[in-house]
Amino acid sequence: MAKHHVTTTVNADPVEFLCTPEQTLLDVLRDVLYLTGSKEGCGSGDCGACSVILDGRLVCSCLVLGVEAQGRSVETIEGMASGDELHPLQQKFLEHAALQCGVCTPGFLVAAKALLDRNPDPTETEVRYWLAGNLCRCTGYDKIVRAVLDAANVMRRS
Amino acid sequence: MNDVPMQALTERKLKIVGTRPLRPDGVDKVTGRAKFGADIHLPNMLIGKVLRSPHAHARIRSIDTSKARALHGVKAVITAADFTDLPSEFIPAGEMMVNYRDMTRNILAREKALYEGHAVAAVAATTEAIAAQALKLIEVDYEVLPHVMDVAQAMEPDAPLLHENMYTIGVEPTPAKPSNIAKRVEFSLGDIAAGFAQADVIVEREFTTKPVHQGYIEPHACLASVSEDGQAELWCTTQGQFVVRSFCAKLLGMELSKLRVTASEIGGGFGGKTVVYLEPLALALSRQACQPVKMVMSRTEVFQASGPTSGAKVWVKIGATRAGRITAADALLKYQAGAFQGSPVQPGCMCAFAPYDLDNVRVIGYDVVVNRPKVAAYRAPGAPISEFAVESVIDELAQRLKLDPIELRLKNAAKEGTRAAYGPKFGPIGLVQTLEAARAHAHYRAPLKANQGRGVASGFWFNIGGETCATLNLGEDGTVTLVAGTPDIGGSRASLAMMAAEELGIPLENVRPVIGDTGTLGYTFLTGGSRVTFSSGMAVVEAARSVVRQLRERAAKIWEIPLESVIWEDGCARALTGEGGKPKELPLAEIAKSAGKTGGPIVGNAAISAQGAGPSLATHLVDVEVDRETGKITILRYTAIQDAGRAVHPSYVEGQMQGGAVQGIGWALNEEYIYDQNGRLENPGFLDYRIPVCSDVPMIDTVIVEAPNPRHPYGVRGVGETPIVPPMAAIANAVEHAIGIRFTELPMSPPRVLKAIDDKQAVQA
Amino acid sequence: MVLSGTLKELAGGAAQIEIEAGNVRQLLRALGERYPALAPHLDDGYAIAIDGQIFQDAWFAPIGPDSEVHLVPAIRGG
Repeated sequence: MAKHHVTTTVNADPVEFLCTPEQTLLDVLRDVLYLTGSKEGCGSGDCGACSVILDGRLVCSCLVLGVEAQGRSVETIEGMASGDELHPLQQKFLEHAALQCGVCTPGFLVAAKALLDRNPDPTETEVRYWLAGNLCRCTGYDKIVRAVLDAANVMRRS
Repeated sequence: MNDVPMQALTERKLKIVGTRPLRPDGVDKVTGRAKFGADIHLPNMLIGKVLRSPHAHARIRSIDTSKARALHGVKAVITAADFTDLPSEFIPAGEMMVNYRDMTRNILAREKALYEGHAVAAVAATTEAIAAQALKLIEVDYEVLPHVMDVAQAMEPDAPLLHENMYTIGVEPTPAKPSNIAKRVEFSLGDIAAGFAQADVIVEREFTTKPVHQGYIEPHACLASVSEDGQAELWCTTQGQFVVRSFCAKLLGMELSKLRVTASEIGGGFGGKTVVYLEPLALALSRQACQPVKMVMSRTEVFQASGPTSGAKVWVKIGATRAGRITAADALLKYQAGAFQGSPVQPGCMCAFAPYDLDNVRVIGYDVVVNRPKVAAYRAPGAPISEFAVESVIDELAQRLKLDPIELRLKNAAKEGTRAAYGPKFGPIGLVQTLEAARAHAHYRAPLKANQGRGVASGFWFNIGGETCATLNLGEDGTVTLVAGTPDIGGSRASLAMMAAEELGIPLENVRPVIGDTGTLGYTFLTGGSRVTFSSGMAVVEAARSVVRQLRERAAKIWEIPLESVIWEDGCARALTGEGGKPKELPLAEIAKSAGKTGGPIVGNAAISAQGAGPSLATHLVDVEVDRETGKITILRYTAIQDAGRAVHPSYVEGQMQGGAVQGIGWALNEEYIYDQNGRLENPGFLDYRIPVCSDVPMIDTVIVEAPNPRHPYGVRGVGETPIVPPMAAIANAVEHAIGIRFTELPMSPPRVLKAIDDKQAVQA
Repeated sequence: MVLSGTLKELAGGAAQIEIEAGNVRQLLRALGERYPALAPHLDDGYAIAIDGQIFQDAWFAPIGPDSEVHLVPAIRGG
C-alpha cells in the first residue's frame, strides 16, 4: 500500500513523515517519529492515554488518522516542558505524588493542560468531568485532581 | 535480619524515612521519557501477532499454517507443535508452584481451545499489516463443544468437561469420574456445631461475585531478540523479570543463563503481570526468524485472554451471642479458575474470617474450571471476594443485635496472639487501631440525608517476603547507585532510596535507584504480595549496613585506630577517641575518593529470603446516595484507614490506599464480563467494561496507623493489597443503610439496583 | 504440630501430633515418612508457621523443642 507524505508541526517543530492511510496519528507518533510518550491503552478512544492537542483541541490520537495531521499543529507530552523547566502541571504532579505507574500520566498532563488553557480557574467538579476521558487504575484520581487544582492556582498567580 | 525491639522502632529519630520527597524517576514519567513495554524499537524488528480461538470450547483437529508461511514478509509461524509438552507437575519457579502442563497449554492451545481468545498460533512479519493478513491465512479445524461459564453449573455432574484428566484433589476417596472441580480445601478450628448451638442470633447468606479484570492501562507488551547461538534478550512489561525468565526458559527449553530479561517500566500490574502470555511466543518466533520480534496485546485481547480474577459463589453463616460475641462462623466458597486450575480459593478461605478472634470456624473452598480465560492474581487474590461476603454478614449481624458495626467488630477483633482459622497465631497487628480510628473519625459522625447511607467494613491480607537481592555501589564521588530487583509499580524506588539514604546518612539526591535485569543482580522474586517496601527494603538496609561497616573499616585504617573506635553518624565516620582537640571526621565522599587505595571498591550486597512479613489490616468508611429513579449509586465520601507498620513515604502509602479503594468501588458498582450464549465476550473494551473514571469518585481520605512490624528494620508491613478488600462490603452495607436493600450480588449496577427497588416496592404495594 | 482440614484427613484424622525435627526440612521429611498419604502434598506449596511466624521457602528455619508448627498454604499475592 502506497504511503502518504505528510507535512505537519509537532511541538512547534516542522516535521515530515510517511504513513499508510490506515495508520493513526498515535501509530505515527510512536512508531514513525519515535515519540513514545503518548501511549496506546485501548485503541478505541476510551482511555485517553494517547491524548494530544491538535490545532488547540484535545483529541485522542488513536482516533485521528496520521494523514489528518497534514498542515496542522500537534502538541504532545514531549513538548510540555520548556528546556529543563517543567510545566507547573508536571511539577505539581510530582509534588502531589499524582502518579504511581506513570503510564496514564502523559495523557492526563496533556488533557489537564488543555483544560487550563481554556479555563484557568476550574472547580473540582469541572476538573473531574474534564478528565473523565482519562483512565487511571493506580491512583484513584485523588492526587491527580489535587495536583491539577494546585497547578491552576500557581499558573493564575504568575 | 533480627527482630528490632519495638522501642528502637518507635524511638529512632529519622531524617528521611517518613517524609515526602519527589520520587527519583518522576521527571521521566511526567515528560514521557520513561520506557514502557511497547516503547522500544530495534533495527530489523518484526511484528508478532496471535491467532485466537473464536470458540469458548472446541477440540482442535488440525492447524494448517502453510499459506501463512508462504506469504511474503512472514518470517516465522508457531503453534503448540513448536513447544515441548511439559508434564503435569508442580515445580517451584522461584517461589511459586507452577503447573507447566497447564502453562504450556495456556500460551498456545494444544488439544483444545478452552476459552474465546485462547491463543492457537502466532506469526511474525515485517509489518503489522502483513502479520494480520497472515493470521487470516491460518486454517484451524475446530470441533465446537458445549461450553460452561458459570461456577455452579460447572460443578454439576453433567456439565461439559474441560479436562478429561481432572479428578478432584482434596476429597477422600478420589472421585471415580473426572469433573471440573480441581480441588477442595478446608480450614477449621474448634467445633462449629457447638458454636452455633451457643449463638443467640445466626445470619446466613449466599453471595455472587463476577470476574473482574485488573484493568491495567498498559496492555501486555514485549520485545524478544534471539541470536543464532540461542542467547536471548527479552524486554517486557512485567512484575517479575526473574519469574519471566524461569517460565520462558522452561517453556522454550533454554538454560536460564542464556535468557536475559529486562523489566521495562510497567503501566500497572496488580497481579495480572505475574504470568506470561506473549513472552514465550515472541521468543519462539524470534528464535525461528533470528530477528527481534515485538508483540503487543490490543485491549480486546487483554480482556479476552488475560487473567481476570475469579467470579464466585460464597455462602456465609455466622452466629453470635446477644452480647455481640461471635461463637461460630462457617463459609463455603466456590471460585472459578478459568480454563485451568488455580483460582485463589485457598487464600480466599484463609482470609475470610481473619479479622476476627474465633474459637469455632470452618471454611471450605472449591477450585472450579470454566470456559473463561485462566484467572491470574488480582490484588489480595481471593480475599476481596470472601471478605465481601463475611463483612456483609457481620453488618447484618450488627443490625440484628442492635450493635454499632464498629463495636461488634471491636468485640471480636483479632489481635496479637489471636489464632487464625488457618492455624498460626498473629504477631502484632493493627486492626483495633483502625477500628478505633474509624469510630473517632469525623466521617463517622457526619449527618446523612434521605436515600443516603453509611457503611463500614474491615479487611485483611497476609503480605509476603521472599527471595530478594539488592546492591549498593559507591561511586568515587561519594554518590551511590542502588540496584534493586523488584520492578517499580507504585513508586517503590523512592522508598528504597530513602531507606538507603537514611542508613548511610547522606542526602536522598545522592542515591540513584535502578532496577536491575536478570543479568545484573541475584534472583529476586516478583513485585507482588505487597512485598517490595518490606523485602527489597530489608535487603537495601542490609546492603547499606554492609557499606557502613566497610566505610568504618576504611576510616579505621586511615586513622590507624581499631574498628570499634569508629562510629558512623550523619554520613561521616567519626573517631571515638579521648584526645583533646577537634574530633576526627571523614565524610562518605572522602572515604569513597580514596577507596581504590584503601582496599578497592566499596560495594554492599544483600541476598536474602525475607521472612516475617506482617499482615496489614484496614477499616473503610463510605457514604453513598442511591438514586431511586435511575438505580445509580453515588459515592459521596470515602475514608480508608489502614495499618502500614511504618509509612516510609506516606504519599505512596496513601496512593496505594486510594487506588485499591477505587478498584474496589469499580468492583462493587460496575465491573463485570458480559458473555453471549456462545461464550463470546461482548464487552472487551473500556467503554463497556466500566472502570471508575475521575468523575465517579470523590476525594479518598486516608488515615495511616502504624503498628510496627518487629521483623523489619523500619517496622514496615506491606500495604498495597489490603485496600481492595473492604470496599465492596462497605458499599453494600452503606446501600442497605440507605434504602433497606441488601445486595448479595455484584456488581450493584444501576439496572440491578433499579430492579431491586422496583421489586421491593411491588412487594410492599 | 497442628494439622487441619484437608491435611488432617490425609493424616488419618490426627489434628495434633508430636514430631521430632530441628528444622523445616527435617519436619517435612518426618511427616512424609509417618503419613505416606501426606507426602505428595507437602511439595504442593506449603509455608510453615513456627510459633506464629510464617516461613515460606525456608528449609532450615529452626524449630525449637516445644514449638507449635502449622502447615499453611503458600501465599502469593498480586
